[in-house]
Amino acid sequence: MRMRLKGTDGLPGALGSLLAVAYALLPVIWIVSLSLKPSRELGNGRFLPETFSLEHYRAVFTDPQFPAAILNSLGIASITTALSILIAVFAAYAIVRLDFRGKQWIFYGTLAVAMFPQVSVVGPLFELWRTLRLFDTWPGLILPYLSFTLPLAVWTLTAFFREVPWELEKAARVDGATPSQAFRLVILPLVAPGIFASAILVFIFAWNDFLFAASLTSTDRARTVPVAIAFFTGSSQFELPVGSIAAASVVVTIPVIALVLMFQRRIIAGLTAGAVKG
Amino acid sequence: MKRTRDLKGWLLCGPALAAMALVTAYPILYAVQLSLYRYDLRFGAPPELVGLGNYFSVLSSEIWWQALGNTLLITIVSVFFELLLGFALALLMHKAVFRRRTVRSALLVPYASNTVVAALAWKFAFDPTTGFVNRLLGTDLAWLNERWSAFLVIIFSEIWKTTPFMALLLLAGLSLIPDEVIKAARIDGASAVQRFRLIILPLVKPSIVVALLFRSLDAFRIFDAVYVLTRGAHGTESVSVVGYNTLIARLNLGLGSAVSVLVFLCALAIALLFIKSFGVPLLRVER
Repeated sequence: MRMRLKGTDGLPGALGSLLAVAYALLPVIWIVSLSLKPSRELGNGRFLPETFSLEHYRAVFTDPQFPAAILNSLGIASITTALSILIAVFAAYAIVRLDFRGKQWIFYGTLAVAMFPQVSVVGPLFELWRTLRLFDTWPGLILPYLSFTLPLAVWTLTAFFREVPWELEKAARVDGATPSQAFRLVILPLVAPGIFASAILVFIFAWNDFLFAASLTSTDRARTVPVAIAFFTGSSQFELPVGSIAAASVVVTIPVIALVLMFQRRIIAGLTAGAVKG
Repeated sequence: MKRTRDLKGWLLCGPALAAMALVTAYPILYAVQLSLYRYDLRFGAPPELVGLGNYFSVLSSEIWWQALGNTLLITIVSVFFELLLGFALALLMHKAVFRRRTVRSALLVPYASNTVVAALAWKFAFDPTTGFVNRLLGTDLAWLNERWSAFLVIIFSEIWKTTPFMALLLLAGLSLIPDEVIKAARIDGASAVQRFRLIILPLVKPSIVVALLFRSLDAFRIFDAVYVLTRGAHGTESVSVVGYNTLIARLNLGLGSAVSVLVFLCALAIALLFIKSFGVPLLRVER
């Protein structure tokens, strides 16, 4: 507290912050560094490359598996996000705006799903999806992602909707707007940033999942990026193609990180408000 | 009037509830059914009712108990260190108004990064040929080929990935404490330690409980890091890895479903234990 008088947070604070930033960025810098090392340097045990090379990026994009996986991941995660947010908007609206009996059961439901061990449903879904011909398809992954992202979407949207000055909706109605007009023209612009932040969180969940994707897909038809990277074999069966894996990892990680950093303030608000204020 | 409002509320929440139940409630019931059959897809024989036979097989196998022990160990150790480290980071961000933004942004990086990618980054870092860790420490240990050192790497990668979530939740809890309370305590002569123990800690407790509950259940279902780092070799299997291997790798749906149901019951037990000891602080539904 004495420190604050000087207008800084002092040496310990600065050191701590520096350590925290290093802690967060270390593996990311490491994987970027690996991806830029030429093959002959991969075994030299240095943290940073001595010379730079883009050979691993070329290798990753000429291999047909990886671009297919990116397309699958993008499609599956985007559709999941759109559906999840759409369904969650209705639920969050009801939770914030309507006083109805049994409301707390919605919360218990989302809570139960949020803590549900996914491995418990992998087997039945595998069996069901084979019968329903959903195995190794986009809908086969979109459905479980939809269910498992709904709690997050409902909580974050509920938190954002609570901040909205809903009197404006009433005012618009008094001025002669229809309920749908009042929502579209007055409320929607106010909640759009919150919806967007929630969408990013849902997208990250779907983009990052490994267990469902590893269990419910088998080919390039629906295999997503994390599975493609984890099962990457490259030219030799016995040695992991470290450089290519690193390059692929960078390609799928950096855009997500950039997205999150751009909208960080709202994302943090969404992540924490749901749990703390609930 | 009240009726219609109830109806409207449930209609609006209906799609969300239905979608969540579709892929959790229904499949878990189906898992219970499958677990009562001998059903191995590799042999192509029709399912045969064996009652609780699969549960006896699982519960008498060493693999299950070892995996359960492993999972609990990973859960307890990583959540413990996450809480300590997360609290330290939260306090750091809370006090350092000036640098809060930087640290907070940096912490979003582990949160947003892919678990598979993060685990691979650590795998390559600890690898004796590609890694820098051995060169740094001056050893030539094959970290992932020994049980305890492999655990160390698994837990390490889990802590790295999830501490930020803990820190951000705790920071949100800290920021709910009014400044005046702390100021008043200082005027009354409370030392820094006393302020922390008697004021900050009790006020942040609800946030801590929420964070612990979520993280414990999340850590209990650990799969990605273990699978990528060791594939469960050298006695490092978690219960989720056992479930995956039985169901998907060995296609034994009957036995695997018994594992699934047992994992579900364990998660339920952990959740109930939390609720019994701390209440359900996060369900303060308004009005």
